[in-house]
Amino acid sequence: MTKYEDQGKKDTRSGFGDAMTALGRTNPNVVALCADLVGSLKIQDFIDENPDRFFQVGIAEANMMGIAAGLTIGGKIPFTGTFANFSTGRVYDQIRQSIAYSGKNVKICASHAGITLGEDGATHQILEDIGMMKMLPGMTVINPCDYNQTKAATMAIADHKGPVYLRFGRPKVANFTAVDQNFEIGKALMLNEGSDVTIIATGHLVWEALIAAENLENQGISAEVINIHTIKPLDEASVLKSVKKTGCVVTAEEHNYLGGLGESIARTLANQHPTPQEFVATQDTFGESGTPAQLMEKYGLNNKAIEKAVFKVMKRK
Amino acid sequence: MLTQKIAPTFAPHKLAIGMPKLEDLQQIVVQTRRDILRMVHKVNSGHPGGSLGCTEFFVALYHEIMQLKDGFDMDGIGEDLFFLSNGHISPVFYSVLARKGYFPVEELNTFRLIDSRLQGHPTTHEGLPGVRVASGSLGQGMSVAIGAALAKKLNGDDHLIFSLHGDGELQEGQNWEAIMYASGNKVDNLIATIDRNGQQIDGPTEKVLPLGNVKEKFEVFGWDVLEIANGNDLKAVIAGLKEAKSRTGKGKPVCIVMDTVMGHGVDFMMHTHAWHGKAPNDEQLETALAQNPETLGDY
Repeated sequence: MTKYEDQGKKDTRSGFGDAMTALGRTNPNVVALCADLVGSLKIQDFIDENPDRFFQVGIAEANMMGIAAGLTIGGKIPFTGTFANFSTGRVYDQIRQSIAYSGKNVKICASHAGITLGEDGATHQILEDIGMMKMLPGMTVINPCDYNQTKAATMAIADHKGPVYLRFGRPKVANFTAVDQNFEIGKALMLNEGSDVTIIATGHLVWEALIAAENLENQGISAEVINIHTIKPLDEASVLKSVKKTGCVVTAEEHNYLGGLGESIARTLANQHPTPQEFVATQDTFGESGTPAQLMEKYGLNNKAIEKAVFKVMKRK
Repeated sequence: MLTQKIAPTFAPHKLAIGMPKLEDLQQIVVQTRRDILRMVHKVNSGHPGGSLGCTEFFVALYHEIMQLKDGFDMDGIGEDLFFLSNGHISPVFYSVLARKGYFPVEELNTFRLIDSRLQGHPTTHEGLPGVRVASGSLGQGMSVAIGAALAKKLNGDDHLIFSLHGDGELQEGQNWEAIMYASGNKVDNLIATIDRNGQQIDGPTEKVLPLGNVKEKFEVFGWDVLEIANGNDLKAVIAGLKEAKSRTGKGKPVCIVMDTVMGHGVDFMMHTHAWHGKAPNDEQLETALAQNPETLGDY
């Protein structure tokens, strides 16, 4: 099995913040907006270096989305920053009309996504955001898996014309992808080739998928691991190629099974190559307070849950 | 029933050059009212009331006040920009854009029809020149206008941003986020006009959800506010907009509270919310058009 080394645990939001610092230096059109969460979004360096290109909007996310839409008129590339919950559900109509339908080049950057936000509880843990955002016509949806990938994704979306939803998280997690990776929007990454089952993971679940694959290898099961960082547009060709080889698939994400990556994969398979699939995702539930590790365990979002799903789906082949 | 005539003789840009006379502008106002009525009548849908009430404002803005480049590009660098927040008054917006030369006036014939660029509410989605953001879901335009104003400042472009908002629309909370932001951040290249017609779909604004003193509300939020007492008096509208322009660049966003009469120019549509979103029938159209005789040629 391909070995991946944790280069030292880091939060994905710091990948975003560090990329913003870099973009501040290289792309004069990049501007940032924040709704009273500068520390959480790790953009203080960008602000210090580019005070004129930063807009503190206060606790007013709807206004932030509208201002971002307006800033594109005149050629700016606005990056909005707040928690995923306040980046999506709270402002869905503003995004829908002023950004998506209007085709504005806004980058909606959402931290603290999913259940690993932890102790603050369900009011702040959004598990529906991928679904909401992928349903918007023209919206690109990206959920990187570690610090390095988040940094690369942030750099890449600055050069992409059109609205983007970039989803990342709060906790420090394994940082295992290449430092200077080329991030290609819409391109799946083959992390490990296998023949018995395909595990397709996004975000924090990618590292868990690699642990699961290693454990499965020790039990004589060859698992192919694919990292989908771009949920929309989906790299259907890579998905189909893999499942045609393995004959079954487990999808893994820190999101409700309704509306998430798993559903996008299921639709692709149903249309083109019906295949047994198991979903590692939350089961149409809200989260709760707890540590990220406790919550991932309780809500079935770790390597053990992936392993269990693999055994289940392989029986259905 | 009136037959539709094409008016290829109308040369829109001619009127924009030099100083148009008030009478010339008044002719455009009347023709715009005809356009509005005919557009909504043809498809038996659309919002004539607010459109008719804001006709003088639009004509003044596009033909007298705003500095505009020839043609249309989305970024609009080096010209004044306008954002319509209460997108349902699209008929007046479309008529004025067409007669200003942004697209052929004949295209007004396609309002609200399938495959048209003239959607029920304005959108950039179909690429209609002159429109820079979709609007219709209310309360969003001021934020967008602020963003465009900030972009102008970043670009060192000293042109202005104009926006129009319905008074009922101020019931949407996002406006107050935007109003707070604009003064707190000295967005002084923005002139936001409130169409204070006192009407909304369900009735008078003060009955549906009282707005109270709009001028004072903006003032305590830190805006420089002026009033246009009769927003259907073209001369007063032009004077008010010129006064507003003179107050920009002084550290405060500028608000115009403009009193208008919904349905102005058609006697049976005035002073009621009944025509907010209702089209006239054949007979009503004839009466309404008779009160607004053709000036520049119907499309």
